[in-house]
Amino acid sequence: MRETATATLPEAWGVLPAVLAVALVGVGLGLVVASVDRAVLAGRTRGAVLEPLREGARLLLEQRRTTLAPDRLLWRLGCVAVPVLALLSLAVVPVGGRTLWSTSADLVWFNAMEALLWAAIWLVGWGPNAFHALAGGYRFLAQGLAYELPLMFALVTVGVAAGSLRTTDVLAAQDGLWFVVTMPVAFAVFVASAAAFAFWGPFAAPTSADIAGGVTSELSGVDRLLVEAGRGVFLGATAAMAAALFLGGDSGPWLPGPLWQLLKTLAVVTALVWVGRRLPVLRPDRTVEVGWMVLVPLTLVQALVVAVLVLSGFYA
Amino acid sequence: MTAELVLQIVLTVAAGLIGVGLFGALSQQSIVMVMMGLELVLNGVLLAGGAAWFSLAPELPDAQMLAVVALVVMAVEMAMGFAVTIAIYRARQVDMVDMATDLNG
Amino acid sequence: MLTDLSGWVIATVAVLGLLSVASGVAVFVVDSMARATFALLGSFLAVAGVLLAFDLVYLAVVTALMMTIEMAIMAVFMVMFMMNPAGLMPMTMVHNPKGSAVVGAGAFVVLTVGIWTIDWPARRGQLPTDSTRQLGEAVMGSHMLVMLIVGIGLFATILAGTVLATARGRYDRFGADLAARRPDDPVPGGLPR
Repeated sequence: MRETATATLPEAWGVLPAVLAVALVGVGLGLVVASVDRAVLAGRTRGAVLEPLREGARLLLEQRRTTLAPDRLLWRLGCVAVPVLALLSLAVVPVGGRTLWSTSADLVWFNAMEALLWAAIWLVGWGPNAFHALAGGYRFLAQGLAYELPLMFALVTVGVAAGSLRTTDVLAAQDGLWFVVTMPVAFAVFVASAAAFAFWGPFAAPTSADIAGGVTSELSGVDRLLVEAGRGVFLGATAAMAAALFLGGDSGPWLPGPLWQLLKTLAVVTALVWVGRRLPVLRPDRTVEVGWMVLVPLTLVQALVVAVLVLSGFYA
Repeated sequence: MTAELVLQIVLTVAAGLIGVGLFGALSQQSIVMVMMGLELVLNGVLLAGGAAWFSLAPELPDAQMLAVVALVVMAVEMAMGFAVTIAIYRARQVDMVDMATDLNG
Repeated sequence: MLTDLSGWVIATVAVLGLLSVASGVAVFVVDSMARATFALLGSFLAVAGVLLAFDLVYLAVVTALMMTIEMAIMAVFMVMFMMNPAGLMPMTMVHNPKGSAVVGAGAFVVLTVGIWTIDWPARRGQLPTDSTRQLGEAVMGSHMLVMLIVGIGLFATILAGTVLATARGRYDRFGADLAARRPDDPVPGGLPR
């Protein structure tokens, strides 16, 4: 199969600068998500970048409030895990055509970080010993079970077409044609799942108003900052991953590669935030069946189509 | 020499996991806790499979297959364990192994 | 490609191994069921870390993926079935702890004696350049029978698990003569039927 000789970021820049750079990219992506969200909400771009920063500083200084008999250890663990997992998932997302960490199972790594988020969000809901928070945690699990299989099949489809689970190989395989052309269903499912595991837009039931904010209802100060920032970084990282897996990553005419990737990522982020803010929150008990009964067969057919295309030499 | 030492260290850890898991599976009264003990035993098997692959025969995929089978057994054990727990709880409000004594001759 | 582990990798492996056993012990020591579940998850993640050091990337990541999902669901069941999920009122729910401890320690001692006295064979062959590809080719080639049986076993598990866990059969959903056009489900689910 294709053997790409792309060096990883640490090999190119050294370990510490590479890690710092990817962390910075992650924080930047989170800030971009927050700013776009602010701009979409307010309908104007003035102050869109500054306001999230100001809000973050306020949360940093805010005193924590606590609840009766919380499970502090697990609560803190969950809150810290959310942004850490978001940054770890970014380790296999190509930045300028290279990834921080290149393994033979990058796509599974990305999926695993998202699965660990289940545990983290449930812990954030469990920790404060409060009803609304725990109900939000349970909602996230129910939703997660519904979107997990379609998301996995979408990732599998990409892996089949590229003949590799390595992100840089996926980028190389899209030289001729972006994957979104032959796998639109997988792309749509991937982007929807991105919104779902950041419990964003129509999938915000774990934090919706009918349970007083759900998992985030008892968060304050640094904890709230960590969880909200983690959400933003996850959304940004998944948008970057979607740009890399389906939209050809850094390929494009005239402009330099990293700029193309930035543009594509920004486009996905903007679409996610704009559409997400315009759709009503879906009730899990009225929607999860769609994941099982519609999306699972649909993504399976998508994988079959791609597999047949691979066998006919379409991607070679 | 290093390969052998690493193998022995990791296999000892796996034996530790199996021992702890066995203790849990035998001593716990709650069905769910018994399942956690069994999971720990299988965790040890998984680790031993990985160590054997690395230190003995990395050319052959057999040890990797063993680890895959251990993972599958864990999944089956969880699914069937939960299904049985729900079924027996629904039928007679039993959630502890000591109360499920219908087949005790 | 690394063929032998460097000193600090061996140290990491040893630390991760200790961590996995320690969290395994914690599962049966802590009072809170949520903590017990996540201690077990910690044990799995430590083992995944060791597998990562052994260059078994796919197995390591899949272990983390599967076990996290399992433990998240396990936590739900724990809270559902245990009398004291948060551990606010400590209680012990064990039977025959001494005998179990003897059996557990006995198994550990027997295995350990074997591990440190056996004359292990030398390693045959080199590490493959891509362990994931090795596994994939085995699954689709030389070891296909294993995967076929695993697939059938998992399918049987899905069916048997659903049958055991659900309390409502088709007569509950479609009426005694199975004549109802729409199933009578307590939760609608979302699709128009």
